[in-house]
Amino acid sequence: MARGAFARKEGHVFWLLVVAGLLAVAGGLAAAYAMEEHGHSISGMSNQIVWGLPHVFAIFLIVAASGVLNVASIGSVFGKPAYKARAPLSGLLSLAMLAGGLAVLMLDLGRPERLMVAATHFNFRSVFAWNVFLYSGMFAIVAAYLWMLMEARMNRYAKPVGLAALGWRFVLTTGTGSIFGFLVARQAYQSALLAPMFIVLSLGWGLAVFLIVQSAIYAWNGLQLPVPVQTRMVRLLGVFVAAGMYFVIVYHLTNLYWARQVAFERFLLFDGDVYPSLFWSGYVVLGGIVPMAILFSPLPRGPLSAVAGSAFVLIGAFAQLYVFIIGGQAFPLEIFPGYVATSSFLDGAIDSYAPSLPELMLGLGGLGIAFLITAAGVRVLRFVPQDDFGSHPAVVVAED
Amino acid sequence: MSAAPPGPSRRALLGAGAAAAAGLMLAPGIRLVELAQARGAGEPVSGRVRWGLLIDANRCASGCTACVDACAQENGLDSTIELRQRPQWIRKVELKELRTGRTAAAPVMCQHCADPPCVDVCPTGASFKRADGIVLVDRHTCIGCRYCIMACPYKARSFVHEPLTQQKPEVPRGKGCVEGCTLCVHRIDRDRSPACVQACAESEHGAMLFGDLNDPSSEIAQRLRATASTALRADLGLDPGVRYLGV
Repeated sequence: MARGAFARKEGHVFWLLVVAGLLAVAGGLAAAYAMEEHGHSISGMSNQIVWGLPHVFAIFLIVAASGVLNVASIGSVFGKPAYKARAPLSGLLSLAMLAGGLAVLMLDLGRPERLMVAATHFNFRSVFAWNVFLYSGMFAIVAAYLWMLMEARMNRYAKPVGLAALGWRFVLTTGTGSIFGFLVARQAYQSALLAPMFIVLSLGWGLAVFLIVQSAIYAWNGLQLPVPVQTRMVRLLGVFVAAGMYFVIVYHLTNLYWARQVAFERFLLFDGDVYPSLFWSGYVVLGGIVPMAILFSPLPRGPLSAVAGSAFVLIGAFAQLYVFIIGGQAFPLEIFPGYVATSSFLDGAIDSYAPSLPELMLGLGGLGIAFLITAAGVRVLRFVPQDDFGSHPAVVVAED
Repeated sequence: MSAAPPGPSRRALLGAGAAAAAGLMLAPGIRLVELAQARGAGEPVSGRVRWGLLIDANRCASGCTACVDACAQENGLDSTIELRQRPQWIRKVELKELRTGRTAAAPVMCQHCADPPCVDVCPTGASFKRADGIVLVDRHTCIGCRYCIMACPYKARSFVHEPLTQQKPEVPRGKGCVEGCTLCVHRIDRDRSPACVQACAESEHGAMLFGDLNDPSSEIAQRLRATASTALRADLGLDPGVRYLGV
């Protein structure tokens, strides 16, 4: 009965969600305009913490955009039918999140109106310049991949193009990790481990987003996911979360191995501002232990456990990125080893960062863009997973 | 009897001839010295020169901000926003040695590295190094991504967080762009030393020495040859053009 009531107002609910997405995007654009007009003085960023909350959102979206495509890769490249049916949705989410993340990155620039300069002047020693090509290439390759998947005549090319997309997204996330990995001057970064760490984290974050969106679509349409598919995807997410935690642990242990990094690690993990609590409570407990307990639980898995486990993974993702990006910059550079340094420029001092409302609005605007593209895509085209229901007797279409 | 007077006129003639010949031979060398010291408008920068600074922390007086004030005055840095966001092309760092408790002070600015990480990471090539070793930002192609600030080991760059007014015509700046010490390139190109160096000399501390690192006869090159100096973050191998004594 409840289903029937929902079906009657489904159109209204959809448009309400679209309006919410539009409002988020409008808020993001207004924030970008305010920062363009007044400068970044209205942000919480400084000359020490130069990348703030917008970058947390942007990097989350870009990394998750790469990871979410994993669902399609498992289907097309590795030939798993349950994932194959989900490949188009996976591709759509990838495009949507990439668009949202890039929009945030671009609108946070000091001179966003110089996009054309960025598109016409390249310094090929810069990892950022590589990323311009990696991101635009990702759009092109995923768009082509979707075409191969959704156009019956082109289906036979789905595997090679899917393989190309798989390779491309590994390179793309390597590029994103290398943005930080090449920063030899900063204690928090300068590690070759960051590229593979970002790839592994991307798998978990992407799959978590996918499971939430998939659960929402199924619930919206009154469908239930086949139990074997649900179980397999939920367990896979648990494995990705564990693998991600492994890399994060190794990253911190590597830092601790270098004597000069110990103070930085103590700051990040034990006594530095909000970062230790975000790391331990936000990432380790809420983003790691809790979701793994849910995802590996022997109890029967309903859609709720997938959604709850995934939501916790995403909470952990934001906590982890906040600690990594902002905590990593808050700690002072060690320019004079063996000395205590002080200056008007925060030498030797920890910078305190409080994100401002425009930064939050800009980040939410990026999520809004990703949401609108996904909602419109799912509404207009056949992105809903097309399971062969006959082969899954566990599927039940909920009654009106 | 010879009617012609002997000597002087012929000697003068020979002397003038020798001087002219010597002049012709030496002129290119003199011209090179000129090039190294000052350039005319439109002339390219010479790669034979590498401008640098030697900062003596033993002479730098704690609490003195003559160099910082002169930089702000010269380059029109008159921001009043909070310190975290205020551009500082040069700052005075007070130091206390952990082991001995010895105190020292030294200005820190762009170190004008031979291999600058800011130039490597800049996506548009706005960060660049001139032939004479001065590292600059092209305000027309900087998109304000701040990757160079992330990459600089000396925290030497600032992001312009606020709208600017009353700019100095010789020092163009821009809201939303990254900037840093230019070594007063506009003064160097007119054969003058950077404002900070001049102010330090005028304050009679004489803790800053400016000159051509490539010219063995320059005072800075001689001092660097005679005394052990320190490059900040020498472990990174960036070969900075700014060297320190006493830290």
